[in-house]
Amino acid sequence: MFEIIEESKNTMHQACKHLGRGINIMEVCGTHTVSIFRHGIRSLLPEKLRLISGPGCPVCVTDQGYIDLLLKLARRDDCIIATYGDMMRVPGSDRQSLETISPKADIRIVYSAENALELAIENPEKTVIFAAVGFETTTPPTAVTVLDAKRRGIENFCVLCAHKLVVPAMEALLAGKNHKIDAFLCPGHVSVIIGYGAFTPIVEKFQRPCVVAGFEPLPILEALADICQQLIDEQPALNCAYKAVVTKDGNKTAQKIINTCFEPADGYWRGLGKIPKSTYHLRDEYAHWDAFRRFDIVEEPKADLAGCRCGEVLCGLIDPPDCKMFAENCTTQHPIGPCMVSSEGACAAWYKYGKH
Amino acid sequence: MCLAIPARVIKLQDDHATVDAMGNQWQARTTLLENVKVGDLVLVHAGFAISLVDEQEAKKTWQLIREIDDFDATDNKISG
Repeated sequence: MFEIIEESKNTMHQACKHLGRGINIMEVCGTHTVSIFRHGIRSLLPEKLRLISGPGCPVCVTDQGYIDLLLKLARRDDCIIATYGDMMRVPGSDRQSLETISPKADIRIVYSAENALELAIENPEKTVIFAAVGFETTTPPTAVTVLDAKRRGIENFCVLCAHKLVVPAMEALLAGKNHKIDAFLCPGHVSVIIGYGAFTPIVEKFQRPCVVAGFEPLPILEALADICQQLIDEQPALNCAYKAVVTKDGNKTAQKIINTCFEPADGYWRGLGKIPKSTYHLRDEYAHWDAFRRFDIVEEPKADLAGCRCGEVLCGLIDPPDCKMFAENCTTQHPIGPCMVSSEGACAAWYKYGKH
Repeated sequence: MCLAIPARVIKLQDDHATVDAMGNQWQARTTLLENVKVGDLVLVHAGFAISLVDEQEAKKTWQLIREIDDFDATDNKISG
């Protein structure tokens, strides 16, 4: 084990020396962010190698406009909001959250989209709205549930869908002028669904190394060293260091179910703005189960809360401590921005584990 | 979290399974996988099995989960 660590450290140092400049590697998965901090991986890195936590935390990337819509629907007497736990504390533009308006508003934390559908069956006099956020890993469960709702004729259920696609966001970041991203550590469990082949455009079009890794510290370190070697060799490649569960083509059954229910549409991301074909929308056949169409509402982009720099954090333009509110008036106990709210947000990880 | 949990299928009726990880049992759907059998190890995310996983990988992930301090507090969290 120590050999692997030493070898990886050497490669990373060599890369910094060879390139003669700083190296920025972005991870696009909140679990990577937490694992990297938790295991002290940053303490093994050369000073010039910077790890950036990109748009990999589903709560964090959800635009303020969506949060406001969700809170608006939650205040209706005829609705129940079913949500994953992470969304509870994300503040709306009026600083209220699902947590603060509950229990006056009927809000239920669910473990699965399926639980939300069960709530609808148990509460026929109410409409249950499922807050469907998350990346490709979380999308198939929502799709299966919508298909179930249609098949079983459950009419008082709908989803406010903001499921996001990871690759378009990575492309949008690289297409931007100010980015400093040299390579990506690609998400593990998103790749279970989409397959590591999905990152091909990042390598071919943008010449950026991409390595898919699991969540244990050693494979993460090896993946970083692999990326550094690619930078030395100037041969960006797509590698998968998580073949125990990730295949090139991914889970085709899950992809088929996603595509039956959803189609990619333009969508808004916190910090990144509007990205073409980056958000799943329900297909017309499932319009009845689409909260946007049922309540005749549209998601409009909204600015982050005053002083909050989560958007810049998500794009890797600043590190959390560069935000004036970080650890001052924005803490994990009293979070203001979503990157501090979510346990897998970059700000929460920095706050909890410090720089190393 | 983007973390799916490895668990063993201990009961199965159609695509509804009871799974077990580290002594915790819960319900999961196997709709997204073909040919799942009782005894298989699967990665479960948000109530759905998304992949088969081998014994060695499952053990590594369980160990990792034990190491993440606040895992208990992440029960209802989302994954990427």
